[in-house]
Amino acid sequence: MSRPASHSHAVHKDYQGAKLGMWIFLFTELLLFGGLFILYSTYRAIYPHDFHAGGQHLNAVIGIINTVVLLTSSLTVAVALSAIQKGSRRLTLQCLGATIVLGILFLANKYVEWSEEIRRGIYPNGPELEKLPNGGKIFYGLYYAMTGLHGLHVLAGVAVLAVMLAFVWKNRVTTTDYVKLENAGLYWHLVDVIWIFLLPMLYLAA
Amino acid sequence: MEQAAEHGHVLPYRTLVRVWLVLLFLTAILVIASTVYHEALSVWAMLTLTPLKAGLVFFYFMHLKYEKPFLKSMVLITIATLIIFIGLTFLDILQR
Repeated sequence: MSRPASHSHAVHKDYQGAKLGMWIFLFTELLLFGGLFILYSTYRAIYPHDFHAGGQHLNAVIGIINTVVLLTSSLTVAVALSAIQKGSRRLTLQCLGATIVLGILFLANKYVEWSEEIRRGIYPNGPELEKLPNGGKIFYGLYYAMTGLHGLHVLAGVAVLAVMLAFVWKNRVTTTDYVKLENAGLYWHLVDVIWIFLLPMLYLAA
Repeated sequence: MEQAAEHGHVLPYRTLVRVWLVLLFLTAILVIASTVYHEALSVWAMLTLTPLKAGLVFFYFMHLKYEKPFLKSMVLITIATLIIFIGLTFLDILQR
């Protein structure tokens, strides 16, 4: 089972196929979050006042800061792809490093934000949550579910980008074979798109 | 030549930075619109600016603009499916 080393038996690579596969995976992600968006808008239509009150208590400043953080991280990962295509490996490594740092910063902000909510008594069976009407309980339930699921995606994205950093470092992702990095970038951008929708839904709609 | 055909479009750094600036600008407008005490205005700002921002990320950051019509139509079908589901759900809710 030795691999042919000669150049006449090059490993088959399908650039378009690899990218198409990633997009199909992203479609399932869109529908996963889309289901939560439907749930949110349905309950918002049923309990408009409770949702309005819920949104007013959230920390909009952290939400806006995290939006800027994620938009910037999307820029750095897009620059990383252009850089590897142009053959500047150094800039690719720098931009990937910056993206990972921004992803961790996003999660750190999320930690601060959630800690604040939990300290206020907003958690399952928490004293403040129990006092709220049904619509308020549903709002915070969806808030934790949506930002939590999104946060897990950020965590996964940071892990994938760290692997890409190692791949570029070890020359397994190169200027002629970069589809892994491109697909990792697509995933990261989708996580950004989902946050673009979460910001107005949760933080600004008050 | 075959290599070039098989590889993706290279976006210049300047284009990417411009898209990022537009995204920040649209976010700023969205935030300002949400503080204005005019519900219809802020709701409309949300319903137009948010998909616009998502579209910019899809078209430029995710290179969708430079993809083949096949992939573009797949993305369109997925989004259309989601919109149909949202529309049917709301038809149901509003009829109750």
